[in-house]
Amino acid sequence: MNLRKTLQIPLAAAILAAAPVTAQSAEAELTVYTAVEAEDLARYAEAFNEKYPDIKINWVRDSTGIVTAKLLAERDNPQADVVWGLAATSLLLLKSEGMLEAYAPDGVKDLDPKFVDADDVPSWVGMDAWVAAVCYNTVEAEKAGLKPPTSWKDLTDPVYEGHVIMPNPNSSGTGFLDVSSWLQMFGEEGGWEFMDALHNNIARYTHSGSKPCKLAAAGEIPIGVSFAFRGAKSKADGAPLEIIVPSEGVGWDMEATAIVAGTDDLEAAQALVDFSVTRGAMEMYNSGYAVVAMPGVAKPVKHFPDGLLEAMIENDFEFAANNRAAILEEWQSRYDGKSEPK
Amino acid sequence: MSDTVAKELPAGPAVKGKLSRDDLLMRGGMAVIALYLVVTLVFPLYAMLSKSFSTFWFDLGQYEVQVSNEAGVFDGKAISFAALNEEMGLLSEEDLTAGSDGRLGVTQFFPDFSFRSPVLYKIRATTDSGRYLVGSKLHTGTVWLELDSNTFRRVQLRPIKSVGAGNFVKFFSTPALFNSIRNSLWIAVVSTVVTVSLAFWFAYALNRSCMRFKGFFRLVAMAPILVPSLLPGIALVYLFGNQGMIKEVLFGASIYGPIGIIIGSIFFTLPHAFIIISTALAISDARLYEAAVSLRASPWRTFWTVTIPGARYGLISAAFVVFNLVITDFGLPKVIGGQFNVLAVDIYKQVIGQQNFEMGAVVSVVLIVPAIFAFAIDRLVQSKQVALLSARSVPYQPNPNPKTDRIFLIYCSLVACFILGILAICQYAALIKFWPYDLSLSFRNYQFDRMDGGGWSSYFNSIKLGLITAIAGTSVVFFGAYLVEKSNGFKVGRSVFQMFAMLPMAIPGMVLGLAYIFFFNNPSNPLNVIYGTMAILVICTVTHFYTVSHLTAVTALKQMDREFESVAASLKQPTMKLFARVTVPVCLPAVLDISIYLFINAMTTVSAVVFLYSPKTTLASVAVLNMDDAGDIAPAAAMGMMIFYTNAGARILHLIASKGILRRTQAWRAR
Repeated sequence: MNLRKTLQIPLAAAILAAAPVTAQSAEAELTVYTAVEAEDLARYAEAFNEKYPDIKINWVRDSTGIVTAKLLAERDNPQADVVWGLAATSLLLLKSEGMLEAYAPDGVKDLDPKFVDADDVPSWVGMDAWVAAVCYNTVEAEKAGLKPPTSWKDLTDPVYEGHVIMPNPNSSGTGFLDVSSWLQMFGEEGGWEFMDALHNNIARYTHSGSKPCKLAAAGEIPIGVSFAFRGAKSKADGAPLEIIVPSEGVGWDMEATAIVAGTDDLEAAQALVDFSVTRGAMEMYNSGYAVVAMPGVAKPVKHFPDGLLEAMIENDFEFAANNRAAILEEWQSRYDGKSEPK
Repeated sequence: MSDTVAKELPAGPAVKGKLSRDDLLMRGGMAVIALYLVVTLVFPLYAMLSKSFSTFWFDLGQYEVQVSNEAGVFDGKAISFAALNEEMGLLSEEDLTAGSDGRLGVTQFFPDFSFRSPVLYKIRATTDSGRYLVGSKLHTGTVWLELDSNTFRRVQLRPIKSVGAGNFVKFFSTPALFNSIRNSLWIAVVSTVVTVSLAFWFAYALNRSCMRFKGFFRLVAMAPILVPSLLPGIALVYLFGNQGMIKEVLFGASIYGPIGIIIGSIFFTLPHAFIIISTALAISDARLYEAAVSLRASPWRTFWTVTIPGARYGLISAAFVVFNLVITDFGLPKVIGGQFNVLAVDIYKQVIGQQNFEMGAVVSVVLIVPAIFAFAIDRLVQSKQVALLSARSVPYQPNPNPKTDRIFLIYCSLVACFILGILAICQYAALIKFWPYDLSLSFRNYQFDRMDGGGWSSYFNSIKLGLITAIAGTSVVFFGAYLVEKSNGFKVGRSVFQMFAMLPMAIPGMVLGLAYIFFFNNPSNPLNVIYGTMAILVICTVTHFYTVSHLTAVTALKQMDREFESVAASLKQPTMKLFARVTVPVCLPAVLDISIYLFINAMTTVSAVVFLYSPKTTLASVAVLNMDDAGDIAPAAAMGMMIFYTNAGARILHLIASKGILRRTQAWRAR
């Protein structure tokens, strides 16, 4: 008998140790799902607690795809109270499942309208933009005898064959925002034509959106289609990078905030959303992101390219969300079916 | 009793032995552990299977629409979209199937539709389950909603859930998806052939030659077991990537793709093949070789007629083990596979990239098929195996042969160079500041807290997982094996238990992990509380590696005579006392082997836990994957090497501990 007991202890202990995590839902605690960079979270929570000291934030952080998958999987039994810092494209998915609680925070009118959900009472409000850009390794490009491209169309030039890497839209949000922006800029037909030509130059597609830029920074490839934020960080780390903003315009997505329908503490959740659009919060986002939702707040961020704000296209998030499944399927049948890299 | 007596006598009532308290206890214990296997294996797999048959389709009959005239006046006539579709012959049944995220625009049902027109529309669902979007806002319910033309074009119908084989049809009609089957099989077959050949000659050299440094080579051959399968992928990037140290060797071919996957697979499956083949080659009957010599058979002929047939079961077993490892591996193709799609990565892409859980389940079901096949054939072949060694056998002793010994030494050195080279490259890469622009050495890449993947805490989480898995897993597995091996009667129950215990071997880790999401992340499941905790990681890991542990325990227990139980019974000692005082101490070597096996695998496993870790329980092996994914390749290599050193340390501790404990508990073995 003794032995039976001893062997059950580890399992029981493991279960007990884990229990409090899910059981806690005290009044002033919020479970906040986020995809914001881990190093920024403590700072965000601190700033929030300066204003609302009695609301505790319990962060649940992961990459965009995983947080979205988690939220969708928990559809019938949501664990999150607030989503603070997730791609708007993902929030639109949640909205179309009826998972978001519409709320117009104080100060929403101070935001740039393109950063706010178009409904009368918005379901989500934006924080900062996350803009596509091309990371260009000057050292490796020179070795390969390449000239820097200035536009997306330039990248389809055969001289770049095998020198470009971009994220796979089927596994990366950044990849999808690129594809969706090309379809919006060049039109349905023109967009696919462009991608056909680009595909000939692509060395391979990566699973994550930041990897192309990191690979470019490491010289593994001269040109990585990625986003400006990542490029600026790599550049700050000393990589021989130039961040190019293609002349036709660039796709973008935003980090945004929303209340999850069915939250236990609506008041606290609303307080958090109110805070998320204050001037102070915007200045906080600005330390990493060059474009934020409140006009006139953003100061230039070191290593970010000029003209980023002007280059951002009029992004139709509704188009992107409603056609996402179809676009991804089309993309997969065109480019993912070819198994062997050439 | 002879047959004749049985025929003469009329059949009496069936004799049933009275169950003692001990018997009941043992059966109860067996039922508990069998229940554990059912809950942690059978139920999740069932949940996954049902998910793969969960489809979505647009039920056009669920929606009605009214159209006004140009003046905006409705005539009150409602028509369902199903009727519209039939009228126009617009969408086929296939067009109406969808994923969970499917949307269907409605303007296509109105050929004269113009968003500038003054025509008004009214739309409603006829049942409560009908859902549609206006823009991105979800609407349900049977109340009419009036919309102008410009808004009506933003209406999208949403699919409803149903059951059917539609997902499988879609899988097999999408080349991008089903091509992966061919790719996976191709990779697995090539890797198997190469690995088994390499491992055979390596094992042959160690067992059948008089080459020097055998102990060293044996040690080196086991090293890859101590690292996650994706680590060789990282080393290959440094060797053969576009900035690779020796990329010229590939003559312009890209390492990202099948070449990389195959080289990496050889690295991480070599020890598995080596152990099995080495065991098969270790035993052989010298008399057969003497006979061959006296019959004047050439060494070549002897090799094919004596050596290979003697080792064939080992070779077949090794081949299936390698095949299974490669086809179910996920980390390596993710790191170095490039555009080469394989099934295991497809599961990940479907679930994490597209949140398409249904298609993930379908790919999982497809991946189980070859794995189960390989497993079943292997079991079948094993059951045909007969004893090679009889009491009269003379163990074979290799004779020194300077020429072949030297060839074997060179061969083994090359293989050892390959293995050690891969590890050395990873360690070197981890210490370089910024490859290839700043080659100075630094510990910068060990600042894991600056990267994705959970930082140093994921390393300590992994150690915690390894320890809990080793302790809890060994207890459950060994106790279960004891009950099934030593209890009396209850044949059906015992063979069912054996079957459950063998099942985990055939289930790829990726599939198990995904099945756990479906089963444990269901709010109506009372076990839902363990989702996202360390407990679910422990349970998943124990279940994933149950079979090998179970077989080790059973082998050790079989060596103990059942007389022990009889003696205990006649001395009126409870079985549990016998178990604690005699069985466990006697089988201690096996118990230690099981725990180190579970510890090392818990440290290195990626596939089973990649869907299950939570932000509080990030793991080192998953951190390697995530850091590589984010492009932080050097820190990924650094973390991979941390896992290597930890496992090597654990292995050395295990050796020291075994020696000490064995001296105390196994003294009876010596005379």
